[in-house]
Amino acid sequence: MSDLLYSEEEEALRAAVRDLLTDHCDTTSVLARAESDAPHDPALWKTLADGMGLAGLLVPEDRGGQGATHREAAVVLEELGRAVAPVPYLTSAVVATEALLACADGDDLLGGLASGRVIGALAVGLHTAPGAAFAAVRADGGALHGELTGIADAVVADVLLVPADDGGLYAVTADAVTVTPQTSLDLTRPLARVALDAAPGRRVGDAEPAVRRALRAGAGLLASEQLGVAEWALTETVRYLKDRKQFNRPVGGFQALKHRLAQLWLEVVSLRAAARAAADALATGEDTDVSVTVAQAYAAPVAVRAAEEALQLHGGIGMTWEHPVHLRLKRAKADSIAYGTAGAHREALAKLVDLRAP
Amino acid sequence: MTDADELRRRTQELLAAHPPAETGRLDFLRARFDAGLAWVHFPEGLGGLGLPRSLQAVVDAELEAAGAPDNDPRRIGIGLGMAAPTILQYGTDEQKARFLRPLWTGEEVWCQLFSEPGAGSDLAALGTRAVREGDGWVVNGQKVWTSSAHLARWAILIARTDPDVPKHRGITYFVCDMTDPGVEVRPLRQITGEAEFNEVFLTGVRIPDDRRLGGTGDGWRVAQTTLNNERVAIGGMRLPREGGMIGPVASTWRERPGLRTHDLHQRLLKLWVEAEVARLTGERLRQQLVAGQPGPEGAGMKLAFARLNQEISGLEVELRGEEGLLYDDWTMRRPELVDFTGRDAGYRYLRSKGNSIEGGTSEVLLNIVAERVLGLPAEPRTDKDVAWKDLAR
Repeated sequence: MSDLLYSEEEEALRAAVRDLLTDHCDTTSVLARAESDAPHDPALWKTLADGMGLAGLLVPEDRGGQGATHREAAVVLEELGRAVAPVPYLTSAVVATEALLACADGDDLLGGLASGRVIGALAVGLHTAPGAAFAAVRADGGALHGELTGIADAVVADVLLVPADDGGLYAVTADAVTVTPQTSLDLTRPLARVALDAAPGRRVGDAEPAVRRALRAGAGLLASEQLGVAEWALTETVRYLKDRKQFNRPVGGFQALKHRLAQLWLEVVSLRAAARAAADALATGEDTDVSVTVAQAYAAPVAVRAAEEALQLHGGIGMTWEHPVHLRLKRAKADSIAYGTAGAHREALAKLVDLRAP
Repeated sequence: MTDADELRRRTQELLAAHPPAETGRLDFLRARFDAGLAWVHFPEGLGGLGLPRSLQAVVDAELEAAGAPDNDPRRIGIGLGMAAPTILQYGTDEQKARFLRPLWTGEEVWCQLFSEPGAGSDLAALGTRAVREGDGWVVNGQKVWTSSAHLARWAILIARTDPDVPKHRGITYFVCDMTDPGVEVRPLRQITGEAEFNEVFLTGVRIPDDRRLGGTGDGWRVAQTTLNNERVAIGGMRLPREGGMIGPVASTWRERPGLRTHDLHQRLLKLWVEAEVARLTGERLRQQLVAGQPGPEGAGMKLAFARLNQEISGLEVELRGEEGLLYDDWTMRRPELVDFTGRDAGYRYLRSKGNSIEGGTSEVLLNIVAERVLGLPAEPRTDKDVAWKDLAR
C-alpha cells in the first residue's frame, strides 16, 4: 500500500514554499498582474527555481536536477494551488520536463528546465487527456508548419515541445514562432495560440510516448494543485463565516451552512488521500494508471464545488472582482478541463478496471 | 531488544507453554490474556503490557502463523470496542479485575443500554430512572436498538439519577446484570425482516452500588469514552480495492453484460471512484494512527461509508432489473452478525439505510465535524440550564 502521509522533509518543503508565497504572492499583486500584459511573476519563478531548486525535482541528479520525486513536486503544487501563483511550474517543471525525460535527445534542454533558467511548454492543448488524440503540425524537412491553440503558459516559454505529423517531438525556440495570448478563463494560467511558419525545430524524440507520459504526470499532480485550491476555499470560508455576523449571530453558527462546510471538509480530506495516492504511484511506478485516473476523476468536481461554495457562502463580497475567491473559481473550473475532464478519466477507468460500457 | 522482539519472544513462550493444537480454545485465550498478549496497550495484569497499540499486530501475526484460536472479535465487538475502554478508564481495580478477562475471552458477552425511544440523537435526555435504595440502585425504564441483548451477560447502562438538574448532569453509568429477573429482552424486527436488535425493558432491576462506573451524576462524561470508541470501531475497517459494497456490483456488471445501460454505467463509474477514494481516505487515517498522528478524518469516515453504501446498494437493486423486484427472504431471523455479503442486493439496500442512523445520525456527525473539526459556533442551546424534569417532551 502506498504511503499516503507527508514525510518530515515534505512538511519542511511545504513550510518553505508557503512562507515564500505568503511574502511574495498576495492576491492584490496576482490580480494586478493578471490584468497587465505580463500575467506571470518572473521574480517568484526565479526564487522557486533558482533559489530553492524546485524546478528540477523530477529530474535525476546526473541529468542536472534534484533527483526528488512526484511526492515532493505534489507538495509544491498544493501550495502553488492555494496561492494560485502565476508561475509555469506544472507546465514546465512537470509536463514539459516529463516529456523530455521520455525523449532520447532532450538532455541538453532538460538541464535548463531543471534549473528554471529555461521555461518549457508542451505544445499540446491543455484540455487534452492522457491517451487522447492531440494535434500535430506538419513537418517539412527540418521546418514546421501549422497552428496550435490552448497552449498553457506558452507566453513565457523559452522553448516549445511541438508534436509533428512525422511522429516526432520537436524542440522549437520561442523566437522562431508567433505566440498570441488567448483571453483565458483562468487569469493565472493563461493560454496562447502558437503559429509555426517554417519554424526550425530539432527532433528530440517520439511524440506519442512523450506526450502520453507528460500528460499522465500532469493529470496526476494536477490533483494536488486542485487540493490546494479546495483547501484554500474551505479554510477561507470557515474563517469568514466565524467572523461575519447577520441576525445577531456569526453566520457560521447556522446549521444549514455548518452542514455544507462539514460535507465539503469530508470531500477535501478525501481528495487529499486520492492526490497523495496519485503522487506516490507516479513516484513508485506502481498502479500508476488507476491511481492517476481515480485522482483526476475525483479531484475536479471537489475543487470546483469548493470554490463555488466559497463564492456562495461569502455572499455579495464573493461576487466582487477585488475578492480573491474568483481567482480560485476560475482556476478550479479551468483545472476541471485540464488534462482531461472527470468524465474522460472515468471513461479511461472503465477500461483499466474492466467495467465496460454497454 | 526492541519491544517488538520482546513481544515475539513472549508470544513464542505462550505458544510453547500452551500449544494450540493440544489446548482448549478457552484455556488458550485465558493463558494469552494472563501473558499480557490480549491487548498489549492495556496495563500489565489486565491482559496487556502497557505498550503502544500498534504493536498488537506483531502478536497477532505470530499467533495467526501458529494457528492459534482468536477471541472472535466481531462477535464481542461491543465489549471490546466500547465497554472495555470505559471500564479501563473509569472502573475500580475490583471492576477491572472482575470484568475485563471474561469480556476479552468472550466468555461473557456485553451489550449497550443507551438509546431510548424518547432519546435518540439527544441521548442525554434519557428517561430511564435509577433510584438509590439501600446499598444499591433500582432501575426502571426502556432501552432500544440493543444488539446482542439476548446473548449478553452484562450491559453498560446509563440512567437518570437526578431529574432536578440539567440533563447532562443527572446521569450515572452502571454495569447491569442481564440475568436480573427485572430485565426483559424482546426482539425488534426491522425493515429487512430480521431482528438484529432488541428492545430491553427494565422493571425494578437491582444494581449494587459497586457496579457504578465513575461518580454519581458523572455518567455523561463516562459515556463519551464509550461513544468515541464506537465511532472509531464503525469507521475503521480495512478494505482491499472493491472490498466494500462496490464489489458485488462490479462483479455483476462484469458477468452480466445484458444488464448494462449507459445511464447505469455513468453512475457505476462515479460510485466506483468514490468508493476507491473512501478506501484510500480510510487507509490514510490508519497510517496516521500507526504513525502516532491521529487525524480528525475518523469523524468523517462513517459519514462517507453510510452515503456510499446506500447509493451503491440502490444502484445494485436497479442494475438487477427484473430480479431487483424480488427479495431473498422476509423470515424473521436473529443474526449474530450483520452480514452484507451473504444476502441479495435488496437486503443490502434496506440494511444500509441504517448506516446513516446507527452510531450517530449523519446529521449529528456533520454538526460534530463542523463544531469540533472546523471550530464553527455551536447551535444556540435552550436546554442547557433547564432541569431534566422540565424539558419539552
